[in-house]
Amino acid sequence: MKDLHAFLISPAEAAQQRGPHDRIVMSSRVRLARNLRGASFPGWAKKPERVRVLEIIQPAVSSLPGMADSFAESMDNFTALDKQILVERHLISREHAAKSVGSGLVLNREESFCVLINEEDHLRMQALRPGFQIREAWTAIDRLDSALEKKLDYAFDNELGYLTACPTNLGTGIRVSAMLHLPGLVLSEQINPIIQSVNKLGLAVRGLYGEGTEALGNIFQVSNQMTLGESETVIVERLEKVVAQIIEHEENARETLLEKKPKVVFNHIGRAYGILANAHSISSKETMNLLSLLRLGVDLGLFPNTQRALVDELFLTTQPAHLQKQVSDKLSAEERDLIRADMVRDRLKNVGRPVTK
Amino acid sequence: MLCCVCKEKPATVHLTQIVGEKMQKLDLCEECAKAKGINDPTSFAMADLMLGLGASQELDPSAAGAELKCPRCGFSQADFKKSGRLGCPECYRTFAEGLAGLLKTMHKDTRHVGKAPEALRQSRDNVDRLKALQKKLAKAIETEDFETAAQLRDEIKAASSAISVKATK
Repeated sequence: MKDLHAFLISPAEAAQQRGPHDRIVMSSRVRLARNLRGASFPGWAKKPERVRVLEIIQPAVSSLPGMADSFAESMDNFTALDKQILVERHLISREHAAKSVGSGLVLNREESFCVLINEEDHLRMQALRPGFQIREAWTAIDRLDSALEKKLDYAFDNELGYLTACPTNLGTGIRVSAMLHLPGLVLSEQINPIIQSVNKLGLAVRGLYGEGTEALGNIFQVSNQMTLGESETVIVERLEKVVAQIIEHEENARETLLEKKPKVVFNHIGRAYGILANAHSISSKETMNLLSLLRLGVDLGLFPNTQRALVDELFLTTQPAHLQKQVSDKLSAEERDLIRADMVRDRLKNVGRPVTK
Repeated sequence: MLCCVCKEKPATVHLTQIVGEKMQKLDLCEECAKAKGINDPTSFAMADLMLGLGASQELDPSAAGAELKCPRCGFSQADFKKSGRLGCPECYRTFAEGLAGLLKTMHKDTRHVGKAPEALRQSRDNVDRLKALQKKLAKAIETEDFETAAQLRDEIKAASSAISVKATK
């Protein structure tokens, strides 16, 4: 098997990727669910049938023009740690990480397409883009799907559309989502009403690393819930509109905070910097929350000589599996907290104190 | 308190969600919670869970008999109740009656609009076109516009042969 770590874009490079509005929209993603006619869904199929489906789909996906030189592997060939790293990169779901024989992954060189085989559906194909590029992601995945439908016999019904294992994905099988960094709305306590109004539009807001509204690192994921009865374009456009509005609210919240409560903002960011730059033991949760404030500080110009990419890289490298990968011994959670703190201190040693005039 | 999914084991995982003024509570045993991915914060989504659970509760067993099984894959209503997922694409036909109400609560509508595989899209478009032409023809005959009617008849002939060619391919 190809070496996953030689294939994956390094955290430093990944953090350098830029996209429109990336100070607020960290990434955009469109996922399509598809299944083959005449085969049981992965959750119900016996192992031989899952293996047969994988052997049909994997070569079909790998042979697509956009997937040349891709990484294609069966899930049983990954170590638990590598699967966890793929989860931390948001390339596969936790559910997929739990799969083994009969499930697979095809990831292209640019990491702009990631296809999960035999997750909940036979096919979960996703297009990923940095920043606010929902429409581009849809166009890309639409094209990939159209190329793939020539090679595979999809389960499709004129009335119900694409048939999926769970009725919640029926019809278009589409899930459009954007990952948003919203510290301004959280600090100004506007996040809950925003989430409620977004929910009313039939969209879901999830904390990326935890349930509830206090998302870890102030990162939220907005996505559509309904998939039947509306076209892909309508769904994509609605999400685009809503995200554009959230961006505006976040920008306004930051501006108002700086104007009305500069001390509160400087206090939060200064303390975050103080802890990150000086701690000798720090949990991944605390790291995420403080890095979020540091990122806000960079956005607000408090760290004039620091790039946002440094913070984004730390968002990734301080996660448990990424951290574990960098040292050879198996670490306990306590040991990880020590190594994490060492790493963060080292990376921040050239970052000067926040400039608050 | 018993688990609201399996109704067998004691509930040890309790979830509460407040949407607007409505409060929804779930009490699950450890196994069912695990099966629904609740011990796993990144994939956990209350909404999905509610829909999934709602699904199992709302699939009306009287609609088609509790013992209904999918002839292709052997999946039963009880299996759906457990997992909230179906067994195979054919299940949508098998359990159509029970699913109809559920789909209404989950989605905007119960009829798919949007993308379809190219081959099907063409035949669907042709059928739509044929229907439209036939309507026009009826109207032309009604208004005794025989010139248009003759023209429409030729178009219908062409359109329907296109469909039968597709069908025999």
